[in-house]
Amino acid sequence: MTEYALILISTIWVNNFVLVKFLGLCPFMGVSRKLETAIGMALATTFVLTLSSICSYLVNQYILVPLDIIYLRTIMFILVIAVVVQFTEMVVHKTSPVLYNVLGIFLPLITTNCAVLGVALLNTQEGHGFLQSVFYGFGAAVGFSMVLILFSGIRERIAAADVPEVFQGTAIAMITAGIMSLAFMGFIGLVN
Amino acid sequence: MSILVAIITLTVISTIFGVLLGYTSVKFHVEGDPIVDKIDALLPQTQCGQCTYPGCRPYAEAITSGEAGINQCPPGGEATMLALSDLLGIEPVALDEEHADEPQKTVVYIDEQICIGCTLCIQACPVDAILGAAKQMHTIIENECTGCDLCIPPCPVDCIHIKTVKPEQDTWRWSLPASTETAPKA
Repeated sequence: MTEYALILISTIWVNNFVLVKFLGLCPFMGVSRKLETAIGMALATTFVLTLSSICSYLVNQYILVPLDIIYLRTIMFILVIAVVVQFTEMVVHKTSPVLYNVLGIFLPLITTNCAVLGVALLNTQEGHGFLQSVFYGFGAAVGFSMVLILFSGIRERIAAADVPEVFQGTAIAMITAGIMSLAFMGFIGLVN
Repeated sequence: MSILVAIITLTVISTIFGVLLGYTSVKFHVEGDPIVDKIDALLPQTQCGQCTYPGCRPYAEAITSGEAGINQCPPGGEATMLALSDLLGIEPVALDEEHADEPQKTVVYIDEQICIGCTLCIQACPVDAILGAAKQMHTIIENECTGCDLCIPPCPVDCIHIKTVKPEQDTWRWSLPASTETAPKA
């Protein structure tokens, strides 16, 4: 049990995917301008990350390793993630318009999020078991969501603030992200 | 041998995925575009055509296809634009100038070369924003002017002109909250 709790703490705070590992920066900058869209993106990412870490574990364990073709990992994971996301999008679109409304626009976007592939590859690299992979993916997603929502909150405030002309727009967002990253570096050494 | 295994595995898995996705897209096909209905529901249904489309539903379809912006509906004003930006998850944009009817702050100014000092505009001004005396050139105190334009009709030489003022850092104000009550029907 402690092991899983440690994985969660590690992925959320210490090895945060956005601010420490610098993965998934594109949606972090792109979808953080409004709090509502950030929350939608966060939910969708949590869903996809957890699902894709499960699928990529299964593919790796039961197809790639037995056939001794682990060098096909990257291309296989991309394929699996894309298909899973596309499949989910279509099913959700048909069965639950409300959920589709929240996640729909973001699901295809996330397929190309490097954090998703990053989680799948890191899972195999560190030799995680099934449950460990699930928790690792989920923790990464929670960390991503938390940072994205915090950042969009800050950006909404910055939008109303009197920023000097040279720093306006993306520049101040980059600086803010840098300072957030510095703050998260403070967790290093808490757990591995 | 090893390369053959890799090729076959990838081919088989890709085929399975392709068939799966193809089957899903047929099985879970969604009729029509539900987003058009949602956009249409947000529009005021005045069918006024000020957006340059022949009605609210065509405008909704144009928004969906990316042809029209969300800022072309004058009757809906800013409230509709914000609701659309929420629904579609795109950034709110200022109302289109061509379609806008949001009042802009204006003041008047006197072309002092032409002014004959008749004082008619001084008598018309409700806020005493015009300074001057008989046979003397008049001028307008811009900070006091409310932009009511009441001084323009009495002027015999048409030397009073309207100009819009952009809000500056120290004159900008939060816009008043929109009223949620609807006007009683006559």
